[in-house]
Amino acid sequence: MAKGIKDKVAILGMGCSKFGERWDKEADDLMVEAFEEAIKDAGIEKSRIDAAWLATAIEEVHVGKSGVPLAMALRLPYIPVTRVENYCASGSEAFRGAVYAVASGAADIALALGVEKLKDTGYGGLPQRSRGVLNSMFWANVSAPGSFAQLAAAYRAKHGVAAEDLKKAMAHISVKSHDNGSKNPKAHLRNKVTMDTVLNAPMVAEPLGLFDCCGVSDGAACAIVTTPEIARSLGKKDLVSVKALQLAVSNGVESQYNSWDGSYFATTRVASTRAYQEAGIKNPREEVSLIEVHDCFSITELVTMEDLHISPEGGAIKDVMDGFYDSDGKVPCQIDGGLKCFGHPIGSSGLRMIYEMYLQMLGRAGERQRKDNPRFGLTHNLGGFPHQNVCSVSIVGRYEG
Amino acid sequence: MVGITSFGGYIPRLRLSRKAIVDANSWQNSALKAYAKAERAICNWDEDSLTMAVEAGRDCLSGQDRAGVKAVYFASTTFPFDDRLNAGIAAEALNLGSDITTLDVSASLRAGTSGLIAALKTVQAGGGPLLYLASDKRRTKAASQQELLYGDGAVALLLGDKDPIAKFVASHSEAIDFVDHYRGHGSDFDYAWEERWIRDEGYAKIVPPALAALLEKAKLKPGEITHFCMPVTLRGVAVSVAKKLGVGETAVRDNLDGQCGDTGTSHPLVMLVHALQDAKPGDKILIASFGQGCDAMVFEATAALPKLERRSGIKGALARRKPETNYNKYLSFNNLVTTEKGLRSEVDKWTALSTLFRKRGLLTGLIGGKCTKCGTVQIPKSNICVNPNCNAIHSQEDHPFSDIPGRVNSYTADLLTFSPDPPAHYGMVQFAEGGRMMVDFTDVDQGAIQVGMPMRMVFRIKEHDAQRNFTKYFWKAAPAAQTAKEN
Repeated sequence: MAKGIKDKVAILGMGCSKFGERWDKEADDLMVEAFEEAIKDAGIEKSRIDAAWLATAIEEVHVGKSGVPLAMALRLPYIPVTRVENYCASGSEAFRGAVYAVASGAADIALALGVEKLKDTGYGGLPQRSRGVLNSMFWANVSAPGSFAQLAAAYRAKHGVAAEDLKKAMAHISVKSHDNGSKNPKAHLRNKVTMDTVLNAPMVAEPLGLFDCCGVSDGAACAIVTTPEIARSLGKKDLVSVKALQLAVSNGVESQYNSWDGSYFATTRVASTRAYQEAGIKNPREEVSLIEVHDCFSITELVTMEDLHISPEGGAIKDVMDGFYDSDGKVPCQIDGGLKCFGHPIGSSGLRMIYEMYLQMLGRAGERQRKDNPRFGLTHNLGGFPHQNVCSVSIVGRYEG
Repeated sequence: MVGITSFGGYIPRLRLSRKAIVDANSWQNSALKAYAKAERAICNWDEDSLTMAVEAGRDCLSGQDRAGVKAVYFASTTFPFDDRLNAGIAAEALNLGSDITTLDVSASLRAGTSGLIAALKTVQAGGGPLLYLASDKRRTKAASQQELLYGDGAVALLLGDKDPIAKFVASHSEAIDFVDHYRGHGSDFDYAWEERWIRDEGYAKIVPPALAALLEKAKLKPGEITHFCMPVTLRGVAVSVAKKLGVGETAVRDNLDGQCGDTGTSHPLVMLVHALQDAKPGDKILIASFGQGCDAMVFEATAALPKLERRSGIKGALARRKPETNYNKYLSFNNLVTTEKGLRSEVDKWTALSTLFRKRGLLTGLIGGKCTKCGTVQIPKSNICVNPNCNAIHSQEDHPFSDIPGRVNSYTADLLTFSPDPPAHYGMVQFAEGGRMMVDFTDVDQGAIQVGMPMRMVFRIKEHDAQRNFTKYFWKAAPAAQTAKEN
């Protein structure tokens, strides 16, 4: 295996806009909001940035194509700006681009910014859009909840779980994320909810009810990265460095070959195994302090606990119900509210997860700050459908060099 | 000896209760109450005359040599396309190859029989085996008598000159421009004249002489007719015509008026297939088809009939029945009322015709690939084998999936995505020979789907592009138990 990215790149500054229904803001307003916080945190002039990456997934409902919208919004001085899109994992792709640029030495300081302005469609849920000329001619007319809901059907069938037991564990996940979101001033959804509310909510796609689905939000998040050496030279003492960046992409085995049973993410299992190897983590259940996963739906979070090799296969329901992933549990999951409550402005989400880890590592997470000094933080950013997706697993941690 | 070598039938599963129609509309026309009993067949939102014809064709071709079929004729007054060969779409959906003769026949309720007579002549001239399709999805005005009496349905007949199950004996046609109803170019609905006039000046005067001429050609006495098929919904007309001719009243067959309704240009043949499912060798079946004149035909069941592999036919299709009492749903399916479909329905459903052409094997024929290196069956067919232990390049040959049974791997009932009949059911279907697909489901009852459930692929409307009036078709999975063979 290649030597990997571990400790080659440190985070110099981060920013994140408030997520939510930002009716009064354009995408460029949100970009500037996240950027202002990040550049101030980094403590550098804009002119020090050598290259930038922009992540947006559904650009047709807001900024349009290319890197130009970011260069325009921030008035970047003719530097390279690349727009990336990899479904809902786009934010992690922008981060990967910036980190790799620094690691390669091509850039001293690089910027990654994700933005999504989803609330100009006139309806709730993600925008309906073309899947490509041929795909639109034969794919099932899937929605995001409808495709992820199928994990539940397959998981029940595989593990012999009663529908009510699975639904309860899914509800616990949502209740937990609402509790966490209530402590996060930038979160889209800050209300606490009860198990009854979640279990009795209107159905969206069986068995996912309204509270099994994450918020569809406007928002932006931004990271500025550099080498640990440059960060130190700029006066930074406590550093958060990148330990692993992995991406696994479906090649048709899940969707066209008969080896996958539909109850898990083949990509997540591969990406997380590689990430632990890159970061030097042997026992993730014991060594990972915090996780931010792609909880687009409660069932996604549940099966992901197993795919990250933290819960044993078939054991996620028990861990969830035991509070293992609650904010006061052994490995808190979504301590910031997650996609569920912080919100899911698609291109921003991967960077928002890193933002939370960064704050937690530096003790800056306010009311929701984890007390036990987190060491490794894992972020999991997923895009597409369970049967055909891209999965990004990143690990950041305190720089101990 | 030329005749019918196989048959198939299709009646949509949904049966709208006539009472539901009457309850909704008798406030404005109390005469409708006379028809408040029984039911009529209605298409699901994703069915039309083409999809029904394809299903009937599959039923007809089960156990038959598809590769030998040399021609496809298709009769309908409700083709989805005025200018695009409908028989050609059916032929591709049925994977009959391109080396065939095709013909669409239309413009009269008599088209079903007129086309059949022409098809039999083609076969006599050596142009068979010929697959003959007839199908109608009859659009009517809300609160009309037609809404109660009409129905949707299709039949398929395989015609050939070897070992027919029913021998073609004779036919006779009369062309008389008697306009009992018409549908002008571009109109959605029929315009009809008074029933008493149609009965007395139309059926009573036009049909009997045509039938008499037919019997003379066939050298048959009226009493020799064992099955008298005359699709007319006016009460008592078929019996009175039979009597006038000298055919016994017991030979007059049920016009299925209360089961599927009058399926238009297909109906004489719906009754023919229904009769074949009851017939014994030697039985003589007469069909009388009315419409700007009359077509009359006689077939004689042969000793090969009992040997034909069991199939659904019209009887099986009639038995595969789901009662529907929601009249508003019927109105909405047929765009007879403007319903709020939500902003999600506004996605542009544009079709790249060049892509459709390039991928017509997949899109119309449901053809996938089979790897010649490792044997893995997969869909879509691709350049590189999906088996991770093979990945052979350019190794796949065509492999049709439409008749391979499948099972549900995962599923959902989705209330968010746009569907004319929410919730939208879809899921992963795994095929018995290998391969799988995330596909739309159809003909599903809410709560009925389970992991492992057997499914059968059916050719259906995927979407309608209203902006360009283009109907997109693809295959969907339907619960297999509902499509079990009967009779």
